Amino acid sequence: MSRPLRQFNAEIITLAHGSGGKATRDLIENVFVSSFDNKYLNQLEDQARFDLTDIGKHGKRLALTTDSYVIDPLFVPGGDIGKLAVTGTVNDLAVGGAKPLYLTCSMIIEEGLTMDALRRVVLSMKAAAAEAGVAIVTGDTKVVQRGAADKLFINTAGVGVIPQDVDIRADKARPGDVIIVNGFIGDHGAAIVDARGDMALENTIKSDCQALNGLIERMLDVCPDIHCMRDATRGGVATVLNEFAEASSVAIMLDETAIPVRQEVRGMCEILGLDPLYLANEGKLLAVVPASHADKLIAQMKQHPAGRDSVIIGRVDQSPAGRVILETGFGGSRIIDMLVGEQLPRIC
Amino acid sequence: MKFVDEFRDPKKARALIEQINKLGEKIQRTDSRPLQLMEFCGGHTHTIFRYGIEPMLPDWIELIHGPGCPVCVLPMGRVDDCVALAERPDVIFTTFGDAMRVPGSKKSLLQAKAEGADIRLVYSPLDALQLARKNPERQVIFFALGFETTMPSTALTVLQAERDGVENFSLFCNHITTVPTIKAILDSPDMKIDGFLAPGHVSMVVGEQPFQFVSQAYKKPIVITGFEPLDILHSIWMLLKQITEHRCAVENQYARIVPPEGNKIGLKAIEQVFEIREFFEWRGLGSIDHSGVRMRERYARFDAEQKFAIPNLKIADPKSCQCGEVLKGVIRPWECKVFAGSCTPETPMGALMVSSEGACAAYYNFGNIPELLSKRQTAKKES
Repeated sequence: MSRPLRQFNAEIITLAHGSGGKATRDLIENVFVSSFDNKYLNQLEDQARFDLTDIGKHGKRLALTTDSYVIDPLFVPGGDIGKLAVTGTVNDLAVGGAKPLYLTCSMIIEEGLTMDALRRVVLSMKAAAAEAGVAIVTGDTKVVQRGAADKLFINTAGVGVIPQDVDIRADKARPGDVIIVNGFIGDHGAAIVDARGDMALENTIKSDCQALNGLIERMLDVCPDIHCMRDATRGGVATVLNEFAEASSVAIMLDETAIPVRQEVRGMCEILGLDPLYLANEGKLLAVVPASHADKLIAQMKQHPAGRDSVIIGRVDQSPAGRVILETGFGGSRIIDMLVGEQLPRIC
Repeated sequence: MKFVDEFRDPKKARALIEQINKLGEKIQRTDSRPLQLMEFCGGHTHTIFRYGIEPMLPDWIELIHGPGCPVCVLPMGRVDDCVALAERPDVIFTTFGDAMRVPGSKKSLLQAKAEGADIRLVYSPLDALQLARKNPERQVIFFALGFETTMPSTALTVLQAERDGVENFSLFCNHITTVPTIKAILDSPDMKIDGFLAPGHVSMVVGEQPFQFVSQAYKKPIVITGFEPLDILHSIWMLLKQITEHRCAVENQYARIVPPEGNKIGLKAIEQVFEIREFFEWRGLGSIDHSGVRMRERYARFDAEQKFAIPNLKIADPKSCQCGEVLKGVIRPWECKVFAGSCTPETPMGALMVSSEGACAAYYNFGNIPELLSKRQTAKKES
C-alpha cells in the first residue's frame, strides 16, 4: 500500500465511520484490509478481479450463494457472528459439492458497537477463512443509527467451483439409500438458548460452528455419487430431511436411537419442551448416499475432525412419499413435519 | 439420561402391550365400538404423539384427547383482552411461550408484538416480577394461565410481590380448574368415555381426593398418570384391569410424584390468593360453572382485570369448528369438517389446532393427513 496508515484509535463505531470519508477509510484499512489481507482485496478497487483460468482449473461449473447473519448474542461458546458468517457461507457452497474459493463481506453496524468487539469479529472471520482455505476479497461497511440494527449484521456471499463428476441435488434420493449425519445434532441452537441466559442453566453448551468443506472433499474422494447433501442450519435436521423427501418423492425413515444428541442438549430440550430435530446446527451435514458406499464413507468421515462422530441415522423408502417418519426408541413411530413458525417452549 | 430413559424402555413397553392385549380378551364389549379412554391433560396428548403410542395400541382401544391444554381452551375474547393490555404504552406484557400464537378475534400476541407491543416471553412468573423490579416506571402484567399445576407458582409470586411492595406488578388471571371440567364432560349427554387418565401434575397439587366423584358418582375408573410413555401404557393397563374386575376407583400410577393429599403448601397459597369464579368461558366447551378462579379482593391491586380497563367482550367460536365434539370424544379430530382445510396450525380456527398439545394439531403434525382425510370421506359416505 502506498499511503501510510493514519493513526487509528477510535474506541467505538460512530456514524462517521459509515460516512464514506476519512473515518471510513481508516476503519477499512485498519480493521478489514489489514486482517483479511489478500491480493484481491488489497487493490482497494470497487470490485475484486479474477483470472478465469485460475477458477477454471477446479471445474466447469460455478456455485454462488449468499447468507445474512443476525445472531444475538454476537459471541457464544464455540463461535461468534464472524466465524458463523464465514463457515455458514462456505458450507452452503460445500454441500453442493463445490470447492469454496472467494467470499464477500458486507457489514451493517449499529453505532456504539465497540471497536474491540468489531476487531474480535473480524479476527475470527480471518481465522475461519484461513482454516477453510477461502479469501475474503471484497466488502462493504454501513453504520446505522442506534436502534436501526441490533449491534452488527453481516452478509457474506461466496463463490465456488463444482468438480466434474459431482451432481448433488435434493431430488436424487432413491429407495435403498441411507442417511448420514456427521455428528451430534442441536448443539448450536441449544448454545444460543443457553447463551441468552434466560434460563440460568448451569451447563455451557458449545456451538458446533465449523467449516465442512474439508470433510466434504474427503467424502467426495471415496464417493463422488453423493445423491443429496445439505447443512442442517435453521429448522434443523427435520427440515432438511423434509426437503429431501418432498423433492425426491420418497419416504425417509429415521431411527431415533441412532441420532446422536448430547446429554446436555437432550436435558435442555426435556426442560423446555423443545425437539432437538428442529434445533439449528452450524456444522452438521446430512447426506443421502447409496447404501453400498455407506461403510466406506463413514470410515473416511471419521478420519476428519469434523466427522469423528459420523453415523447412519436412517434410510430411504418408497412410501409414504414426501414424508419423514421417526421410528421412536420406545417402539412407536411418528411423522416429522416442518415447523410452523418458531419452536415455542411449552407451558407445563 | 438418568431418570428419563428408564421410563422409555421399549422392552417394558412391549411387555405392557402384551398384558394390555391379554386383558382385552377378558373385556366383554357389548357393541362393536372401541373402548374409549380419555387422557384429560395436554401433556399426556403430547407424550402419546411424541412416542407414537397410538399405533402401538390394539384397535379396540381409542384414546380421546381431552380439554386439558390451557392454551387451547382460552376463549378468543380473553386473547383480545390480552392484546388490549399488551398494547398499552405503559405496559410490559409477559407470557409463557405457547400462548403467543393463540388467535384472538383480530390478532394474536405474536402479531401484537410485531406491531410494537412490548411483549416478553418468560419461563416463570418470578421472571415477570423481576422485570417489574427492574422497570419501576412501567406496569408489568403476567398472563397467568394454566390449571392447578401452575396456580401455586403464580399465587406465590403475588405473595412475594406483596411482601416486597412491588406495586407495578399484576396478574391477568386466566387460571382454570380441572374438576368442574371433567364433571361437565361426564354430564354431557353424548358422553361415551369408559375411563380416564387423570392429569399427573394437577394431581401433584390437588391430590387424589378431588377425583373420587368420578369413580363414586359416575362409576368410571380413573388413574392418575405420569408423563413418560411407560407411565401412559402402565395407566392404560391399570384402567383395563379395573374394567375387567368391574371396579371403579381412583388409582395413582404417578405415586413417585403425587402424594395422596397433594401439595399442602401450594394449596394454601392458592386458597390465599384465588377464589372460584361463578363460571368461566372455554373455547370449544362454552361456559362451565366454577371452572375458573379470580383474585381475592385483598389482592385487587395485583389484579390486572381490576387495575386496567379491559374490553371483556365475549366472542363466539366459529360455527364450523367442532372442537366441543372432539373434546368429548364424539368425533375424531380428523372427522371435523374444517380439519386440515380452513383449520391448520398456520391458521387455526378452533382451539385444538392452536397449541402443539391440542389434539387436532397433534394429528396434523404427527399424522398422515391424506390417509386421515380419506378416512373422513369414507366415514361420511357410511353415515
